[in-house]
Amino acid sequence: MEAVDDLDPKSVDKLELPADLMELNMGPAHPATHGTVRLKLKLDGERVAAIDIQPGYLHRGFEKSCERGTWNQVFPYVDRLNYVSPMLNNVGFALAVEGLCGVTVPERCQYYRVILGELARITDHLTCNAASAMELGAFTPFLWLMKVRDWIYDVLEIETGARLTHSFGRIGGMAAPPTDNLKANVRQVLPEVLKVVGETEVLLLRNRIFLDRVEGTGVLTQAEALDYGVTGPVLRSTGVDYDVRKAEPYLVYDRFEFDVPVGTRGDNYDRFLVRLEETRQSVRILEQALQQMPDDGPINIDDPRLVLPDKSAVYTTIEATIAHFKLVMEGVKPPRGEYYSATEGGNGELGFFIVSDGSGTPYRVRVRPPCWYGLQAGERMFMGGMLADIIPTFGSINMIGGECDR
Amino acid sequence: MKFLNETGLRSRLGERVRSVEAFGGQFAAEIDASSWIDAARALREGVPAYDHFIDLTAVDYPEAEPQRRFEVVLLLRASATGERVRIKTRCPADGPLPSLTSLWRGANWAERELFDLFGVRFSGHPDLRRILLYEPFEGHPLRKDYPIERTQPIVEYREVAGVTKLAPFGAEEGQPFGRVDWAARLAGRDLQVSPSIALQSQQRRALSESTSGCASRAVHKPVSLDPEGQESEVSKPVAEGSGYGSR
Repeated sequence: MEAVDDLDPKSVDKLELPADLMELNMGPAHPATHGTVRLKLKLDGERVAAIDIQPGYLHRGFEKSCERGTWNQVFPYVDRLNYVSPMLNNVGFALAVEGLCGVTVPERCQYYRVILGELARITDHLTCNAASAMELGAFTPFLWLMKVRDWIYDVLEIETGARLTHSFGRIGGMAAPPTDNLKANVRQVLPEVLKVVGETEVLLLRNRIFLDRVEGTGVLTQAEALDYGVTGPVLRSTGVDYDVRKAEPYLVYDRFEFDVPVGTRGDNYDRFLVRLEETRQSVRILEQALQQMPDDGPINIDDPRLVLPDKSAVYTTIEATIAHFKLVMEGVKPPRGEYYSATEGGNGELGFFIVSDGSGTPYRVRVRPPCWYGLQAGERMFMGGMLADIIPTFGSINMIGGECDR
Repeated sequence: MKFLNETGLRSRLGERVRSVEAFGGQFAAEIDASSWIDAARALREGVPAYDHFIDLTAVDYPEAEPQRRFEVVLLLRASATGERVRIKTRCPADGPLPSLTSLWRGANWAERELFDLFGVRFSGHPDLRRILLYEPFEGHPLRKDYPIERTQPIVEYREVAGVTKLAPFGAEEGQPFGRVDWAARLAGRDLQVSPSIALQSQQRRALSESTSGCASRAVHKPVSLDPEGQESEVSKPVAEGSGYGSR
């Protein structure tokens, strides 16, 4: 047997680990990145030394498809942008075209849109937080939050007829008036939301395993967030109190009392808390909206150039028949012009930049997807951190493939 | 939503403003392509600083003169005051615009997207490559002269012995959007058939048999029409059972 002293020192060198960076490919079908995105990483040990984020696996040509139908035919497409809160997209696009036409929907419809939109925002935030927690091993809050999300879907289903892809917005109103039980149904589900948010906090926010994973990871500074064009909960977690509902109130958001929660450090913990608190604020908005919403009154604006006539009139009068025919065959014809409309989507500023050439077909529909810029800022948040921290950071960016890749 | 108005735009950008458009309470200044980066820098560095990058997008006007074909639109927001600004410029298909990535990091992906979908080039961009589509993709789909039905026979199917792989439709066929005539399909007369049925009825060749490497529109072998009685026998249960009958 060889004595240790006799060992060639050169052979000891060979036992050391190589100092080269390791290339690692995450995705596009990685179980922890809910959304098809490919992350090309270079790792120095477990630290991320270089990163290339490659979106686009869910590109369906949304903007191109919009350019061949009528303006109202865009609604099914916007459902499939952020498919976790499709109602917010419906409302956002309807507001954009109405801004282009220079019309405002009746008050009752504005409240209706606020109520359905805030329900969608709650489902969005619950889903994001549920998935983030689940990826860190906390399966119980995932199931609890999903349970309540399903009850909200029940309310939306009763209102719109669909659980997920509602296609419920229309230019100048909504597809149908609210059901008689709208207020009762929403009031029934709101306490459950508050209850489950509280339960989630109890389970997670004193949990050492969870806190170790989210505190101080995926940090983004205020200046970087603005520079990258980040909006929504990710921006607010850095301390910027920019919420479109508060900064540039649309619909009737200026009539509600609600707070814009902000974080201080811009890490995953702050993003988690901002979303939880925004769920509570949405409940506050909903309670006020339910109280203020009138029980009677029109939902659609009274403008035959924008809104389909009543069906009974279509069958009995020639004017309504012609109006119906022209709206279906030629579509709504907004004036020639360009218009940018911003609403607060689930992930931040959901912008629609629309160009009309005066015909019934959109000339250009550009959607500003909030999580597109959030994901781009991901390169800053992932860089220098541990490989395992990508999972909670990616979860809190809340990249939604349909919206990001369009 | 408060956009910087015409006087604000002119005082901020000075001579660089070519014209100001106003629509629906929103103002947009058109800038010459040569002073695009100067104007952007003036907005980024002046007071208030438009430090919040919102969006960069483009609109294609193929009927405009070639030098002014693409309109590139930049949307910004000042985080201090909450005011927005919109500037735009015109550029030709290949003539590069200076990249804004040195001013806002958010412009990186936005410019890559414009390069990908419109083919607008940006000089000084650190990493100008396709982002939503894949590298071998031919053309820029958001241009108005790109037909929406065009299919991309770019990525070839792997040849695996004993396994027949079919493209979902032929290279020039595009995507069938019409309703499927199920009765005709079962009778073997409709070309809009599922790949496997098409293969069985010899309306379409297997991809591995085609010469071009991608599915080409195979020769339509005329199927002799069955006598009336037989045909209705085939189509009847489908029309009644599934509710898909042609009307």
